[in-house]
Amino acid sequence: MSAPASSVLRFENVSVSFGGVKALEGVSFEMDAGAVRIVYGAAGSGKTTLLKVALGLVCPDSGNVFVFGENVTHLSENDWFKIRAKMGILFQEGGLFDSMTIAENVAYPLLNQQVSAGRASENGQVGERVREALRFVELESTLEKFPSELSGGMRRRVGIARAIVTEPPLLLYDSPTAGLDPITANTIINLILKERDLRHATSMMVTHRFQDGHLLANFRYNPDSGQIERVVRNSNGGSQVTTKFFVMHEGRLVFEGTQQELKASRDAYVQKFAK
Amino acid sequence: MLDILKAPVETFQDFVVLSGRAIGNAFRSPHYFDDIVLQSDAIGVGSLLIVLFIGLFSGLVMGLQLSRTLATYGATAEMGQLVSVVLVRELGPVLVALLVAGRNASGIASELGSMKVTEQIDAMRALGTDPTQKLVTPRLIAMAVTLPLLTILADFIGLIGGYLIGRYRFGLPFSQYWTSAWQILQYNDVVQGLVKPFAFAVIISLVGCFYGIRTSGGTEGVGRSTTKAVVVSSIWIFVVDFFLGEIFVNLT
Ligand SMILES: Nc1ncnc2c1ncn2[C@@H]1O[C@H](COP(=O)(O)OP(=O)(O)OP(=O)(O)O)[C@@H](O)[C@H]1O
Ligand SMILES: [Mg+2]
Repeated sequence: MSAPASSVLRFENVSVSFGGVKALEGVSFEMDAGAVRIVYGAAGSGKTTLLKVALGLVCPDSGNVFVFGENVTHLSENDWFKIRAKMGILFQEGGLFDSMTIAENVAYPLLNQQVSAGRASENGQVGERVREALRFVELESTLEKFPSELSGGMRRRVGIARAIVTEPPLLLYDSPTAGLDPITANTIINLILKERDLRHATSMMVTHRFQDGHLLANFRYNPDSGQIERVVRNSNGGSQVTTKFFVMHEGRLVFEGTQQELKASRDAYVQKFAK
Repeated sequence: MLDILKAPVETFQDFVVLSGRAIGNAFRSPHYFDDIVLQSDAIGVGSLLIVLFIGLFSGLVMGLQLSRTLATYGATAEMGQLVSVVLVRELGPVLVALLVAGRNASGIASELGSMKVTEQIDAMRALGTDPTQKLVTPRLIAMAVTLPLLTILADFIGLIGGYLIGRYRFGLPFSQYWTSAWQILQYNDVVQGLVKPFAFAVIISLVGCFYGIRTSGGTEGVGRSTTKAVVVSSIWIFVVDFFLGEIFVNLT
């Protein structure tokens, strides 16, 4: 059984456990091209595990995973590399390489893809794309610095630059605002918004903050004015983004729906993420 | 009963899998030469001074302890032989390996452990690099090259230590000490003196990497992995030393 061509990410009854802990339990969902999903859930509810299964970093115990329509459940690590080249990820703990400069960190996925494609590295072009990605997150001046010299918020932004530098069609953000002050957190979300509305990549964002999901669902980046503005909803609005919300609870996906449905939910746990 | 054995057996199984991949990678591209050089520097050059120090003092101490016994039998002329055999076969390889295990198995485990808990190892895989190829294999190669070299140096400095004692306590002539030290060594001893550090290098690097990569549970976990790496690699050094000794004794 294979997923339809427009499906970018699809889970079928996926379960994962670590020792005795069930990190994911019977999770099923599907994301089409251009879709945006916001994943809420308490600490330890399996959000990071969900993203890692999608990336092939954690193998499911049972169930099936499809990425870009291909069944990747039993893929070898080498075949995964080709799939992962089309995915961008921002890790919860940052995952920046301490021993490399910011420029080298951001160039890393680009150089790796060139090596695996057997192309000689066109250094000038890589440098330009790295600068472009860092300009996007407004950190062009930090090229030669090391991650340890940057603040937490800046490191998150470098992580975003590294995730988007290959222009992947699927982007996964793991708790991009965790541990940041509200102002920096909003800057980060605005970057994610901007990336979404400029390239229309399929995106999944894990977060604890209601505010993050609210921004992503109700605001958009206007490329003409360069500003973030509220989406005006009318019955057949053209630029309506298909933002949906997931809520995870102890490894299970307990809610899936729009923001209105989230607000209307009667479940006490789900309610906690509705405002 | 079976349940008690399950965890260690599984751990050992994982270790064998990692070792197999790491050793296989040494014969497969891509090779990360920069990392090999960097690690050789950290292990070899970084341990050089302390290894020389340990070598010198083990030679001095051995000379001192032997001197009384030898004097009893009027056999002080044999000092070169004894120091040489004990150092090359046994003490040199084991002392250097234990020292490097304390210094570098812990260093490797804590470095890789911090990379694990800050998701750098996941990031590596996500961005298209095999962490075994990029992290484990260079450390294995660097250690396998530098540890035998360090051992040769320690053996040599240890012999000098023995000579100093012989010279200043018994007035042993230069040529007598060094000729007997050199002539007692057989092919078997030299091979043994090189095979051992090579085997210990494999143990130290792979055990360090293994516990580093398995780290879980945040920064606290890094501390646990570091301790385990040193303890486990030291134990294996002694066990393997015994069995290698057994093999070489039977070869003569
Ligand atoms: N590598 C691992 N080894 C053992 N247990 C793990 C591992 N990864 C996750 N777990 C466990 O799986 C469960 C889900 O973890 P996960 O990291 O997915 O949660 P999360 O929703 O991302 O939490 P947080 O909001 O704190 O990041 C937790 O109980 C966690 O302890
Ligand atoms: Mg998480």
